[in-house]
Amino acid sequence: MAFLELTNVSKGYGFGASRVEVLRDINLSITEGEFVAIVGYSGAGKTTLMSLIAGLQRPDAGTVTLRGEEVTEPSPDRAIVFQNYSLLPWLSVHENIALAVDEVFPNWPKEKRRGHIEKFVAMVNLTPARDKKPRELSGGMRQRVSVARALAMNPRILLLDEPLSALDALTRATLQDEIERLWESDRKTVVLITNDVDEGILLADRILPLSAGPRATLGPEVKVDIERPRDRKALNHDPRFKEIRKEVIGYLLGTGGRPKTSLTRKLVLPDIEPEDLNRPRLSLGGRPRRRSELKEEVVGAE
Amino acid sequence: MSALIQTCENVGLNWLVPFLRLAKRENPNEQFRQILLNIGVPVLAILLFLGAWSWVAGHVKVSFGTVPGPKEVWTQAGVLWDSYRAERTQEAEFYVNEAAQKKEFLAKNPGGEWHERKFSGPPTYVDQICTSLETVFAGFLIASLIAVPLGILCGLSKVFNNAMNPFIQLFKPVSPLAWLPIVMIMVSALYHPAHPMFEPSFISSAFTVALCSMWPALINTSLGVAQIDNDYLNVARVLKLGWWKKITKIVIPSALPLIFTGLRLSLGVGWMVLIAAEMLAQNPGLGKFVWDMFQNGSSDTLAQIMVAVFTIGIIGFMLDRIMMIFQRAVSFDAATIR
Repeated sequence: MAFLELTNVSKGYGFGASRVEVLRDINLSITEGEFVAIVGYSGAGKTTLMSLIAGLQRPDAGTVTLRGEEVTEPSPDRAIVFQNYSLLPWLSVHENIALAVDEVFPNWPKEKRRGHIEKFVAMVNLTPARDKKPRELSGGMRQRVSVARALAMNPRILLLDEPLSALDALTRATLQDEIERLWESDRKTVVLITNDVDEGILLADRILPLSAGPRATLGPEVKVDIERPRDRKALNHDPRFKEIRKEVIGYLLGTGGRPKTSLTRKLVLPDIEPEDLNRPRLSLGGRPRRRSELKEEVVGAE
Repeated sequence: MSALIQTCENVGLNWLVPFLRLAKRENPNEQFRQILLNIGVPVLAILLFLGAWSWVAGHVKVSFGTVPGPKEVWTQAGVLWDSYRAERTQEAEFYVNEAAQKKEFLAKNPGGEWHERKFSGPPTYVDQICTSLETVFAGFLIASLIAVPLGILCGLSKVFNNAMNPFIQLFKPVSPLAWLPIVMIMVSALYHPAHPMFEPSFISSAFTVALCSMWPALINTSLGVAQIDNDYLNVARVLKLGWWKKITKIVIPSALPLIFTGLRLSLGVGWMVLIAAEMLAQNPGLGKFVWDMFQNGSSDTLAQIMVAVFTIGIIGFMLDRIMMIFQRAVSFDAATIR
């Protein structure tokens, strides 16, 4: 049985004529321990999809189920890492994680909770910065805190909503390796949403392209059957990597791409008759002749 | 040294910073320019003001004589201070005498019952300042206790906000002079305990201050709460925080900078309202002092009222600075607050 399942999910905003259908007919089935990447255009509705899985929003049609139970509200079961970190600025690294841990494991003795928090701070290599406030941290460090907070909740499924999009390329690469390492250690079910195809291939077991919005839907899945651990440098020369990349990008640019813009407007010619400068001028005073002044226009080809 | 500079900036002593930097020999020319700009210009402006005031004072005649200049006002400030010192000396003497009398009495009638007497001189200027401060803080406390919770509810609930909005819009512009008679009548009807801890005039003034000064705190609190970043609320939802925990862990901390902005404005309004309230309620503070001086009409009154004006101004300024320090202390982006 599928662990997380989305069946015919649709979601739109607004009413009447201004209604915009963001997602339609999303069908998705994820087994336990799987790492799935959903790759798509910016503004295609990726974050909306994530909110539906997290339970922050309800679908207009269709169902989202986790272990057969319908998702109706958010829960620490489905920990989410947001693109903009969403750390509380008035709390330190430690306190941000503690807020989550204290809430999710209220019955643990204080010492156990403390140890648990320290473990996750250490896991993302932030022990030296444990008492710093988010504003004193770089973007990459903030996102690590956010990941540590999510993992510390011990969720059944980890939702990563474009976690690395706001970071510079080097930090992104480091954090990708770190996410891979963390995932290798406990093989949690992960849904990663990203606009970076390479990131998806590096991390995921399966890639699902999301077509361009509005009315975005999932395209045919692509299995990433490349041996783990995947090495970023070796990957670039792996023929299978290139194939998968081509397949995903092919879909996103082709059938799943933005509709082609075509010219449908009728062109109006300027009100001047072209003149053949090799022939003697027909008009007087050197004024160009207006099309509107002609009884009929003779177009001759030589 | 850098820490000291930071502290000075945090508590609003920015004018001290160039001196500290100068002591560090950090770009002296720039520091001299800053000193000239931040201290030289205000000092010059104050001197010009004093000059203009002296000139006007010598040329305007009122019923008591001429309008007092800066010098007379300064003299009267000294007079008020001296009378305070004299009163304190008298008080000390009174208690020394009383202690002596008590000793004598107990020596004559061992086991007898001695009735303590309290010194009851007229309130001095300093006493009046203290009364005013007590009253404004009492009013401010009442205002905060009402405005902050109401503001949080307004910010959280559109329904509650729409319910409150007509009252906020209606009562916000009402002058303290209109509230005061109502408050005084209510207080005299409802407040008559056997051993009153507070004078009715104190309670009337405090409530009037509260009624007039709660609005900025209420409005800013509700704005602060309504503007909370949706991400923070999503965190609360994912963690399934209960209502009370959501308020204490997410809503209040993130709205705190604006709550304190509101409280700072409220205290400013409260201090302004207080003088009028005290004048009419006859609460023995600065407002009553001004009123009594006005009624008294001696040749020094005008100068003494001017002393009161400056006192009110300086205290108001200090209250604002204190609130600014609090405001910065609770803000996570303190640099933006001036």
